[in-house]
Amino acid sequence: MAQNKVAERKRLVIIGGSAGSLEVLLQVLPGLGARGHFALVIVLHRKSSTESPLVDLLASRSCWPVQEAEEKQEMLKGHVYLAPADYHLLFEADGTLALDDSEKVNFSRPSIDVSFESAAEVYGSDVVAVLLSGANADGVAGLQRIEASGGLAWVQDPSSAAVAYMPAEAIRAGAFSRILSVEELFGFLKNHP
Amino acid sequence: MSSSLEQGRIHDDELEVLLGDLAAQYGYDFTGYSRASLKRRVNRLSSLDKFPSFAELRYRLRHDSAYLRRFVEEITVNVTEMFRDPSFYQALRQDVFPVLATYPLIRIWHAGCATGEEVYSTAIILQELSLLHKTLIYATDINPAVLEVARKGIFPLAHMRQYSSNYLEAGGRNDFSAYYTAHYDHAKMEESLKARMIFAAHNLVSDHSFNEFQLILCRNVLIYFDKLLQDRVFRLFDESLEKLGFIGLGAKETLRFSPVASQYQQQGKEKIWRKIK
Repeated sequence: MAQNKVAERKRLVIIGGSAGSLEVLLQVLPGLGARGHFALVIVLHRKSSTESPLVDLLASRSCWPVQEAEEKQEMLKGHVYLAPADYHLLFEADGTLALDDSEKVNFSRPSIDVSFESAAEVYGSDVVAVLLSGANADGVAGLQRIEASGGLAWVQDPSSAAVAYMPAEAIRAGAFSRILSVEELFGFLKNHP
Repeated sequence: MSSSLEQGRIHDDELEVLLGDLAAQYGYDFTGYSRASLKRRVNRLSSLDKFPSFAELRYRLRHDSAYLRRFVEEITVNVTEMFRDPSFYQALRQDVFPVLATYPLIRIWHAGCATGEEVYSTAIILQELSLLHKTLIYATDINPAVLEVARKGIFPLAHMRQYSSNYLEAGGRNDFSAYYTAHYDHAKMEESLKARMIFAAHNLVSDHSFNEFQLILCRNVLIYFDKLLQDRVFRLFDESLEKLGFIGLGAKETLRFSPVASQYQQQGKEKIWRKIK
């Protein structure tokens, strides 16, 4: 349905995470309510395996439909899209998703930096990007780009992260506008229009 | 038109100018490529090669045909591995090749083969099924340089461990190291695997059908094309495929929304379709 298109509403929430971030997602996804006029994109470092129960696991905690992103798929509000293993997830100007199997970035494919940078490029100020727990610095450069483009760059409070390195690196680089707890992220997803 | 590669990023209108130049001057038409990925590749190359402005990148491309080769090589994605998605290769081994075994001559087209790792994977399975001697594998790519790598069949030794594990997962029964000879940090693939491979430059955007095949493999190429170009390529494949032949795509690609979809039936869970009409 046309009024469902995110490109028209220009609202995107994108969450990136690595080691220790799945637990956070399982806690915050139940916050997704009926009201959301945004699409949620999740980029997780994951094993390169096509048979993954990750989608099912995330779907079990969300009342929004959860799926692995397909190439050229139109992003809809009220849906959750997960970057597939072994592909970078990019955004096209027409509101569709794109996949790319080019070189790993920060030893990662999907790379959080790649998706954050693409989101910044296409969605500009209409993005909220959140960087969760993790053991490498993927996502930090992407958060900087989100901030520079007028979007909101948030990081999980390192003290609440199972692996503090990733959010701590973002904070060290100054690539954030807000540090938030898991509860605050839950509340945001619940109340964001 | 803004002239600076501000923070290493090309503007949308600049990218279109560049694509126009490439098509007009060299006949390389990238206008059907998906923009998000293409733009990222151009930005990456601009920063690797340290172009201070868009004007300088454009000037170099217009006046230096050697640089054009590098440009085409770098903006297209040439990442590949042996037995990528092992379950796909297992399906080829178990479901597709036994059907093709009944043909006196098996013709396979591997389109967009990059440096050829998947071509060698296919050859290894065919050899194990005693079919390689009566098979011809046409391996094509837009880039002559990557085809040269494919033709040599020399790959980094460091990757062989992963490939060996993929091979076993794909149903391989031998010792994978029997298929190559290690030289320092490289692995040279067995000559016998190459005997039935034909490498040639072919541009899916502009070139036509050149033969009829029973199997066309084109993996992780269509994700870089827009819908219109994808449809063109599907028609090209359809023209190049015998009835009851097979098409194998990448893990995230589908024939389902193409203009030829009604003539094809997906085979099981893998991204393999059979031409039924």
